[in-house]
Amino acid sequence: MRRSRPAPDTPPEPAEPAEPVTEPIVRAEGLSKTHHGESTPVHAVRGVDLSVGRGEFVAVTGPSGAGKSTLLHLVGGLQRPDAGSLWIDGRRVDGYDEARWAVLRRRSIGVVFQFFNLISNLTVADNVELPALLAGTGPKAARAAREELLEELGLAGKERSMPGELSGGEQQRVALARALVNHPALLLADEPAGSLDSRGTREVLRLLSRFHQRGQTIVLVTHDARVASAADRVISFFDGRIADDAVLGAGPRRPRPGGVAGTLELKD
Amino acid sequence: MRLPLLALLARGPAHGYELKQALEALLGAAYPQPNIGQIYVTLGRLEKAGLIEGEDVEQSNRPNKRTYRLTDAGVEAVEAWYEETTAEPRVRDEFFMKLALAPHSGTADPITLINKQRRQYLNTMRDLSKLAATEERDNRVAQLLIEGAMLHLQADLDWLERCQEELE
Repeated sequence: MRRSRPAPDTPPEPAEPAEPVTEPIVRAEGLSKTHHGESTPVHAVRGVDLSVGRGEFVAVTGPSGAGKSTLLHLVGGLQRPDAGSLWIDGRRVDGYDEARWAVLRRRSIGVVFQFFNLISNLTVADNVELPALLAGTGPKAARAAREELLEELGLAGKERSMPGELSGGEQQRVALARALVNHPALLLADEPAGSLDSRGTREVLRLLSRFHQRGQTIVLVTHDARVASAADRVISFFDGRIADDAVLGAGPRRPRPGGVAGTLELKD
Repeated sequence: MRLPLLALLARGPAHGYELKQALEALLGAAYPQPNIGQIYVTLGRLEKAGLIEGEDVEQSNRPNKRTYRLTDAGVEAVEAWYEETTAEPRVRDEFFMKLALAPHSGTADPITLINKQRRQYLNTMRDLSKLAATEERDNRVAQLLIEGAMLHLQADLDWLERCQEELE
């Protein structure tokens, strides 16, 4: 976070006060991660600097193997960096051990995966309520939060279903409810539409956009440009580095005759 | 515009304004609509070419309107249109030329070119997503048209990614 220089006649600001309004949700400096597999080491993330502000919807795109999922896993504490610093909501977290990460994720970070990762022998209702109960929410409040979210996500009536009885799109919506039940400051999504058909994809995107409009901060990883274009900012990730960082809807564009409809024009 | 108008007339005779409305209803509000002038001009040419024939219909309080029907030659033209397969879309030639020539001209960096182009495509993709959201959901033809444009753009973006992988 950069601070504007104080005017000459104002007293200098105190060093590092808590500034919840301007502090980014995610700040990374020099984040690096190398995977040591059986073959040569893979430099998945190579010295990445990143800042995600409150309320931003950021998509990270790039070819498979570019390291974008590793980057997301580092931000969510699912993997540990080899080097670099990471702050979540103003707190330095790169030195956290597994237990502290677990607490941080429970309270502040919701995660959605490509393959939903629901607990297959728990009902839909229990899958959603469990993280609320683990975070110390009372059973009544957990139930109320679950009811509200399932209703919102178009899953009312599915409470008693088992995950395996639902379509992919429905399972991903349950996963979204589970990720959001503790009102996390940050929602991370790793290829959330990667195993859905186009109807399921549209549905999940519509819901992500709706939560974003209400202020939810989202960082999403995808190889699908249609998914990425739902975000306000798209980071192109290549070979472990940020190749481009673009705010959509800003900056000069080549005007197209007839607006976007021009791309639809059929030729004779 | 010629063959779509002929294909619309295959359903039965119609006048210019009806054809315009039929196109609008079919392709949706998102599609750039031909103006009524273009339609009348095209109908005139089709009539001259013997593919349709017009007939003036008297109206009590308004000027006569001209309705058109397909001639036998017009029916054949529509059938031939459906018989032929359609040429595939082409790679964005102009961008490819820029990219291919960038190292030679020395005036542009290929990666910068790719990044700029990607931003443009992503913005267009975003606009198309919004368009799909505003277009009537049950107009399947219009939704498919938008989805087609998005899938083409997706392919262009995938190709940019390949270019970047190779050239970086």
